[in-house]
Amino acid sequence: MAGYLLRRTVQILLTLFVFLTIVFFLVSAQPGDITRLYSMDPSLPPETRANLQELFGVNEPLWKQYLVHLKNTLTGNFGVSFSLYPRTVGDVILERLPRTLVLFATATVISFYLGFALGKIIAWRRGGWVEYTSTLGGVSLYTVFTPWFGLMMIWLFAFKAGWLPIGKFLDPVVWRDAPTDSNTIFNLMLATVAGVTVVVFAVAVATKKKRLAAAPLLQAGAITVATAAVVGVWLASGVGHLAFDLVKHMILPVATLTLISFAGTMLLTRNSMLEVIREDHVMVARAKGLPEKVVRDKHVARNALLPVVTSFVFSLAFAIDGGVIIESVFSWPGMGQTLVSATVSEDLPLAVGAFVFVGIFVLVAHLAADVLYAYLDPRVRYR
Amino acid sequence: MTTEATPVVAAPSPWKMRLTLAGRSLKQNWSLFLGTRIGLLGLAIIVFYLLLAAAHPILMNTIWDERTYDPIIGYAFDEPVQPAPPSLSHPLGTDPLGRDILSQLMFSTRSEFLLGLLAALMTVCIGTMVGAIAAYYGGWVDTLLMRLADIMIMMPAISILIVLSALFEVGHLELAILIGLLSGFGGTGVVLKSQALSVVVKPYIEAARAAGGGTLHILLVHVVPNLLPLSFLYMMFTVTSAIFSEAVLSFLGLLDVRMSWGLMIHTTESAGYLLQVGEYWWLIFPASLSITLLCSSFYLLGRSLDEVVNPRLRRL
Repeated sequence: MAGYLLRRTVQILLTLFVFLTIVFFLVSAQPGDITRLYSMDPSLPPETRANLQELFGVNEPLWKQYLVHLKNTLTGNFGVSFSLYPRTVGDVILERLPRTLVLFATATVISFYLGFALGKIIAWRRGGWVEYTSTLGGVSLYTVFTPWFGLMMIWLFAFKAGWLPIGKFLDPVVWRDAPTDSNTIFNLMLATVAGVTVVVFAVAVATKKKRLAAAPLLQAGAITVATAAVVGVWLASGVGHLAFDLVKHMILPVATLTLISFAGTMLLTRNSMLEVIREDHVMVARAKGLPEKVVRDKHVARNALLPVVTSFVFSLAFAIDGGVIIESVFSWPGMGQTLVSATVSEDLPLAVGAFVFVGIFVLVAHLAADVLYAYLDPRVRYR
Repeated sequence: MTTEATPVVAAPSPWKMRLTLAGRSLKQNWSLFLGTRIGLLGLAIIVFYLLLAAAHPILMNTIWDERTYDPIIGYAFDEPVQPAPPSLSHPLGTDPLGRDILSQLMFSTRSEFLLGLLAALMTVCIGTMVGAIAAYYGGWVDTLLMRLADIMIMMPAISILIVLSALFEVGHLELAILIGLLSGFGGTGVVLKSQALSVVVKPYIEAARAAGGGTLHILLVHVVPNLLPLSFLYMMFTVTSAIFSEAVLSFLGLLDVRMSWGLMIHTTESAGYLLQVGEYWWLIFPASLSITLLCSSFYLLGRSLDEVVNPRLRRL
C-alpha cells in the first residue's frame, strides 16, 4: 500500500512538472512579454515595471526564464492581477480555492451516492419504462447545455419562486454589520464540516469492527448528536445567521452541479451491474432463496462498485469542467469563475495562475481517488 | 483422411464473400440496435437537424430575402421593434439585433455538424493509431503514450480551451483540432489500446508477420480494421463533447466564430435578456434546446452502439 502510494505520488509530481512546462511554453509563445501587458496599465509606475521584469526574469535567456517560472509557481508567486489590482494572484487564489473545494466536494459526494443508488435500480429493471425514462432523463441532464440549465434553475427557484438568492456568494445587506469577514466564517464552517465528518467516520469504523448488533443505532446516534452539537454551537455563537446566508447561496449551485453529473455514475453503475449479474455467485444467491433486494445490494452492487470508483477518477475532469461553467453562471467566486472572468477580461497572470491551480487541484483529487481505490480493492496493494 | 481438392472455380470471389458477411453482420447489428430503442430516438433527432441544415441554403435561395434573413448581417425591416416575437414571416422571432432566429439556428446547424465530424475524425485517426502502436510495440513506446494519455485524461478540457482561447485566436477549425488532440491522445486512445491488445495477440497477426508483412502493413491492414467498430462508437461521444465545448466557449464569447448556437445565447446575454425567460423565450430556448438535443442524440446513439459492439452488455 505504502509503496503503491509512493509510486503514484512520484508519478503525480512528474505529471505536475510536465504540466507546468506546457503552461510555460504556451505563455511564452505569446508575442511580447508579460510585463508589456502590465505596462499597458497607465497607473503602473516605471519602477514597478522594472520590478516585474526582474520577477519574471524577462531579460534572461529562455531556459533561465523557465526555471524562474518553476520557482514562481512552486512558491505561489504569480505576480499581480490586472483586473483586481493591486491584489496579487496568489492572494486571490488563496481566497477562492476553498470555495471551489466546498462546492465541488459536496456536489461530487451527493451525485456519486445518487448515481449509484439509481444505477442499481435501473439495472435491476432492465427493459422496463423505469429504465427508459431514467436513461433518457439522465442522458439529457448529462449532456444538457450547462449554462442554460443553470439559468433555468436560477430563473425557476430564485427569480420566479424567490426561495433562494440569485447567484453570488453572500448577501451584502445581511453582512453589513457583520463582526467578521466572510472568509473567516467560511473557513470556520469548513472546519466544522471536516470535524463532523471525522467524528462520524470514526464512529462508523469503530462500530463496524466490533460487529455490534446496535451498530446502525450507534451510527445514527453519532450523526444526530454531532449535527445537533454543531447547530447549537453555531446558533449560540451569534454569527449563525451569517453562516446560514452562505449556505443559502450554496444550495442552488450544488444542486445544479449534482444534477448534471449524477447521470454519469448512474449509467456506469448500470453497465457494471449488468456484467456482474451474469456471474455464478449471483445465481447461487438467488437459488438460496435470498430476497431480491439482498441479492441486488449485497451480491451484485458490492462487486459492481469497483469499476465505478475507477471511473470516478476519470470523471473528475468532467466535474471540474462542470464546476467552471456553473461557477461562472452563478457568479460563485471560486477558481472556475476566476478563470473565466480573468480570461474574458484578458487578465493573463490571473488566468494562468488560476489554470495552474485548477491543474494542481485535479492532480491532488486524482491522488485522493487513488488512495480510496487502493483502500477499496485489496488487489491494488499487491501490484 | 480423404481430402478432396477444393473446387477453386466454384468458390466466390473474396470480395463478394466479404460483402455478404458484412451485409449479414450489418443486418444482425441493426436489429440489435433497434432493440435498444434509445438509439433510434437519437438517430431521429440527428436526421431532423441534418434536414434543418440542408434546408437553409435552399430557403435562402428561394423564399428568404437575403437582406432580411441573412443569419449574420440581415435585418428584419418588416418588424417595428427588435427583438420581435414569433410571427408568420419569422417563425422563431428575431434577436436584439433584428436578425431572424430560425435562419441563425439553421445556418449554425451546418457548422455544428462540420465541427463535430472534424473533431471526431481527428480523434479517431489519432486514437486508433495511438492505440494500435502502443499495443503493437509495447515497451517504452507504450509507456510514453499511456503516460501522455494519463495527463490528457486528467486535464479538464473546457478549462484548457478557455485558457487557450485567451492566448490564441481559436475558431471552429482550431477547436476541432484541439479537441481531436485532447481526446485522441487521451481517453479514446486508452480505450482503443485495450481493444488493440486483444487484437495483436491473435494468430493471424503472427501469421502476417511470418509471411513477411511489414509493420505498417500489419498495423493498417490487420490491426486497425478490427478497431474500427469501437472507434466509430467513440466518434459519437467526441461529437457530443465537441458541440458542447463549442457552445460553452462561444457562450462565454471566447471563440472567433461568426455565428453559432452558443453565440446566439451570448448575444441574448450581452443584450440583457437572459433572465426574462418568460417574456423573451425565443431568444433563449431554440439555441439552448438545440445544443442539448444534438448533444444528447449523439450520446444516446453512442450508448446504443455500445450495447451492439460490447457483447457483455447484450441481453441474455
